[in-house]
Amino acid sequence: MHHVVLDRWSRGRSFIHARDARAKLAAVVALLVAIATVPPGRYEPVAAAWALVCLAAALARLPVWGLAWRAALVLPFSAVFAAMSWLSGDPARGAALAAKSYASAFAVIFLLSVTPFPELCRAAEWFRAPRMLILLMQFIYRYLFVISGEAQHMWLASHCRGGSRGARFRAAAGAVGVLFARSYQRAEGIQRAMFARGFRGRFETLAARRFGGADFAFLLGALLLIGAARAGGGWLWRR
Amino acid sequence: MHIPDGFLATPVWLALDVGAAPAVGLLARRARQDFDESRIPLLGVMGAFVFAAQMVNFPVAPGASGHLVGSALLAYTLGPAAASLVMTAILVIQAFVFQDGGVLALGANIFNMAIAGVLAAHLPYRLLGGRRMGVFLGGMLSVLVGAFLALGQLLLSGIPMKPELLALSAGLFFVNAAAEGVITVAALGAIRGIRPGWVQEISPPGKRELWLFGGAAVALAVFGVLIASPLPDGLERFLEEAGVAARAKALITTPFGDYEAAFFRAGWLRKAAAGLAGLALISACGWATGRWLARRRRA
Amino acid sequence: MAPLIEVRGLSFRYEDGTLALNGVDFRLEPGETVALLGPNGSGKTTFLLHLIGLLRGEGEIIVCGRPVRRENLDFVRRKVGVLFQDADEQLFMPTVLEDVAFGPLNQGLPPQEAQRVALETLAQVGMQGAAGRAPYHLSAGEKRRVALAGVLAMGPEILVLDEPTTFLDPPSQRHLLDVLRALPQSKLLATHDAAFARALAARAVFFEGGRVVDSGPVDEVARRRHWEV
Repeated sequence: MHHVVLDRWSRGRSFIHARDARAKLAAVVALLVAIATVPPGRYEPVAAAWALVCLAAALARLPVWGLAWRAALVLPFSAVFAAMSWLSGDPARGAALAAKSYASAFAVIFLLSVTPFPELCRAAEWFRAPRMLILLMQFIYRYLFVISGEAQHMWLASHCRGGSRGARFRAAAGAVGVLFARSYQRAEGIQRAMFARGFRGRFETLAARRFGGADFAFLLGALLLIGAARAGGGWLWRR
Repeated sequence: MHIPDGFLATPVWLALDVGAAPAVGLLARRARQDFDESRIPLLGVMGAFVFAAQMVNFPVAPGASGHLVGSALLAYTLGPAAASLVMTAILVIQAFVFQDGGVLALGANIFNMAIAGVLAAHLPYRLLGGRRMGVFLGGMLSVLVGAFLALGQLLLSGIPMKPELLALSAGLFFVNAAAEGVITVAALGAIRGIRPGWVQEISPPGKRELWLFGGAAVALAVFGVLIASPLPDGLERFLEEAGVAARAKALITTPFGDYEAAFFRAGWLRKAAAGLAGLALISACGWATGRWLARRRRA
Repeated sequence: MAPLIEVRGLSFRYEDGTLALNGVDFRLEPGETVALLGPNGSGKTTFLLHLIGLLRGEGEIIVCGRPVRRENLDFVRRKVGVLFQDADEQLFMPTVLEDVAFGPLNQGLPPQEAQRVALETLAQVGMQGAAGRAPYHLSAGEKRRVALAGVLAMGPEILVLDEPTTFLDPPSQRHLLDVLRALPQSKLLATHDAAFARALAARAVFFEGGRVVDSGPVDEVARRRHWEV
């Protein structure tokens, strides 16, 4: 499954993997802004951004082709709009849609392939995201792995089960009900375990990482490269 | 409908990000007041449940299967404020982990689905006292409102859409919305069947609340009609009367010249009134039905 | 010496009216390991939940000299560490280290200290290399041991284990057995597995229908109750 693969990649070892999550998050968001603000009709900055991510992925010892292929999952949606734009006489905008959305998805997959999601959550908290939301995301992510496994069994079962459409519909509703019940009971179990270990109403955290020199250097270098790509990606091609 | 990055015009995604951030902060603070952090495991597990439930296949038509979106279901089991927060968390995870929806577009997607969508689910449910029709309408509206808001944002960003395609999209939205309504009713029934206490108890609304919600529904309907009417004329006249027209036009057309607002352009949008008028019609019907039912109950 | 745990006349009824416990008496002496045997639904888990005040019934429960009441819950939960049956419900933090440090942090230890204690206990159960890993990457046996570390990190005097061998293959069971044998705490072990009970415990009590219907050496109780495959 998608999140399992990205999670595995994110726990690899490389210079980029070892960098502070805040630096990586800031760099990728800057890249996304750079891509998003490219006016339709100019492609070099988008291509340069895409090339930057390829470079970073290679440095992080990631399978670049694997990432690029997974990012392509966004393309069917964009392709529809691209086609519509082309049909409406604005092919430039259509191509821009496809290119930008693809490059953006590629950048986000890269971020998730070098930073475990729970660490990204901690980075977001440092950037002042609400605490409740952060805790919630960490819990959802944690139990996603458990519950999606269970749901896969149910999905298979509901497909295997034959019968009239009405019967299969009711079976699906029943499956949702059972998933809900199991989830609720699991939540009660977690609360019991929390209170058994002295929970007092607040999740305490271990000490945060320090933002080091290598992290500063990485962020600075990334921002410079992103700026260059955005401003004059063209000169790379025109030469 | 999750909007990816690269689709929205910079002023649009920026404005929605800037607007959604404090809204989410408020939601989180409200959640904190309502319950302490010990409720987080329940909300978290419910969020994971939504992901799993979205994978279940519902045969809704010959050869077609639907899937639950879940905002309405969350609203009816956790209450609207908690549901909004959980949906927000789900959307963030979908954007980052699954690249379903953009990161910069999160403000838009959160507003469309976690805030407006949950509210649209809650109102009919509240208005109709938790009855099945309320559940169906709530499920339907939660998807419909989110989809039309997204469509509006895309149009505002200058995405060109032929009127036929627009009408087709609107039609698809209605089909998906109806499916969500039916699936939500079935799923909620199944949950109630296992333990009724898991579904939020809704007392029938009092008179003051009816007026409040009725007013909101009317406002929605009026706004919907305004949008649906021959758009350039209708909206421009409205803006002129509010004294904003010239300034608004300037803001939208410069300095982001490339993103000249689509609705100040061709008249093809008039033809697309059908879908949007439908939304207004549904709201008006729901409101009228609710009032009629409430009057009957009191008699 | 005073018993570590003393239970007198414990009764408990669920919301729907079913009587889960019907006048249970029990004692745990210092240094003892006692096995709780009995079929599903006989009240073993319900009984264990009462010991740390997660459920409240009628009767008296005294842990380390203090009655289990709201004002003593902090104390009781420090003394009694419970390893629940479902390891996924116990490992709810994003990483192993954070999870094991959860208990010490709640006890008020400063973050550095809590981290040190967590690493020590992980080493105690043989999982020191897993500190940075995510719980969903662990095998059933590894999860069990990390959950145990999370409980041990709080420094309890009494260990309560609810079906610890669930989902464990024989090698993992042996490994867990070795770890448990090396621990100095007195232990209460609710289990289906008579062999595991025999390997760890000297005495057993048999639950049936919410009451203790038999007690004695593990072998004899198992034989009398036909509790062997």
